[in-house]
Parts: sequence; C-alpha cells; structure tokens
Amino acid sequence: MVVHELSETEIDRIFHAMADATRRDIIKQAMLREQSVSELAKRYVMSFAAVQKHVAVLERASLVAKQRRGREQIVQANPESLRRAARLLEAYEDIWRERANRIGEILSNQPEGTEP
Amino acid sequence: MSVISTQKNTENLTLTFVAEFAADIDRVWQIWEDPRQLERWWGPPTWPATFVRHEMFVGGESRYYMTGPDGEKARGWWKIIAVDGPSGFEFEDGFAGDDGEPSGFLGSTRCVVTLEQNGGTTRMTTVSSFESAEQLEEMVKMGMEEGMGLAMGQIDALLAE
Repeated sequence: MVVHELSETEIDRIFHAMADATRRDIIKQAMLREQSVSELAKRYVMSFAAVQKHVAVLERASLVAKQRRGREQIVQANPESLRRAARLLEAYEDIWRERANRIGEILSNQPEGTEP
Repeated sequence: MSVISTQKNTENLTLTFVAEFAADIDRVWQIWEDPRQLERWWGPPTWPATFVRHEMFVGGESRYYMTGPDGEKARGWWKIIAVDGPSGFEFEDGFAGDDGEPSGFLGSTRCVVTLEQNGGTTRMTTVSSFESAEQLEEMVKMGMEEGMGLAMGQIDALLAE
C-alpha cells in the first residue's frame, strides 16, 4: 500500500514543512514554474535569508529540490512527495467515507428507523 | 446518505468529516451506542470489527478487534471522555496488544462526534485528531480496506488549508 512507503521521519518532515503558510506558498510558486531563491524572496516581506531557510526546510522534506545554476539557486517542486503527503490524509478520509456509506445502509435497512 | 464536506488540516493533523443521514438523531445515535450495530460499520467488510466491550458513559471503555482475511486480528480500545447522547460524544481510540488491553503503541487518537437533527435528517460531524503522522499512517493501515486504491492527491486543496 502506498502509505507504507514513507518512514516516520519522512512523514514528520513533510507535515512540519507544510505547516507553514509561507512554505506552502513557496511550494505553490515552485509548482507553477521553477524559479530562483532570489525571485521567490521578492514575493515575501522577509529577508532573503529567511526565505532561504524556508526553502531548506522544504528541501529536507524532499518537497522541493534546489539546483545551482551559475550564481542562482533554482528551486523546483517535487510533486511526488506532495502527492504522498496528501494521500495519507485522503486515505483516512476514505475510511470515513466508507463508514458513512455503511451507516447509510444500516439506517435504510432497518424499518424501525425513520425512512428516507 | 450524503457526505457534506471533509476538511483536512495538515498543520494540526485533523480530519473533519461531515455526513447527513435520512434518519432521526436517536436512530443515528444507536449505531454508535449499540455495539452490535457499531460493529456492522466500524471496520471494512474485509476487516470486520467485533466489540467485546462497549461502555457509553464517561470513563467507560471499549475493547474491539478487527479480523483480517487470513484470520489475523488488529486490536483496539476506546475510552469515553464525554457523552451527551444523543447529541454526541468524545472518545480516545488506540491500539491494543494481543491480550486486548491498551498497548501504548503510538498513543491515542481523539475523536469528537456531533449529531444534529434538522427536520428528518441528522448531520454527523466527526473530528479526528492525530498525535503524529506516523500514528495517522498506522490508523490508515488498520482501517483501510485491502486492495482499495487511494485517491490521488488533490494537492491544491491540501496546500490551500
């Protein structure tokens, strides 16, 4: 099963990385197109160093990859890791969907309940 | 039955799930309170649940196991934190060892269930809170129907939270 593939540390890193609004925005920007750290830094009211730190957190969680190109550091999104994190909560959501379906069946099969 | 909304919060590791049923609130309460009805829906068809203990009062506890296709058993427990039947209740859910007693493995999950009747329909809201991503993963393993495909990521929705 897909959710088995990630180790505890990996998952914790991903959730930690995604728990910050700036970092989520950086991911979004990087998904739209790859761009340099300095380009990204212009978007936020914070120092270049602070943005660089956020990028580093995302890099550790494998959510983005950084590549040096000349003087620039180019940030690219890693959609596969993002998909994995999303899958985990979605999988739990599916469990509840299935449960709700079964509850619906039980309720409609028992005449002592109020019928739809 | 219709699922009204679901909300995933990756920051707090919570899942809010809202569904509506065409039944009175007392009837929906029964499917939680009566262990024979609870075990008909708690586990997936390939991992049906059996509740050997179920006490719906504050401080009350439940013991259950889910039986897999090869006869293997996954055991769990509940502890009731608050009850306001038929409007809802709050419980902890955790893993149990082979003896059926709480093992302490991965701590516990909090679940708040709220029922509200509006005309002939009852809205059920469950809010599940996890302590860690690893715990969430284990709960998913335990609750997943074998071979069930996972929905692909709606990345934007997740990021928008």
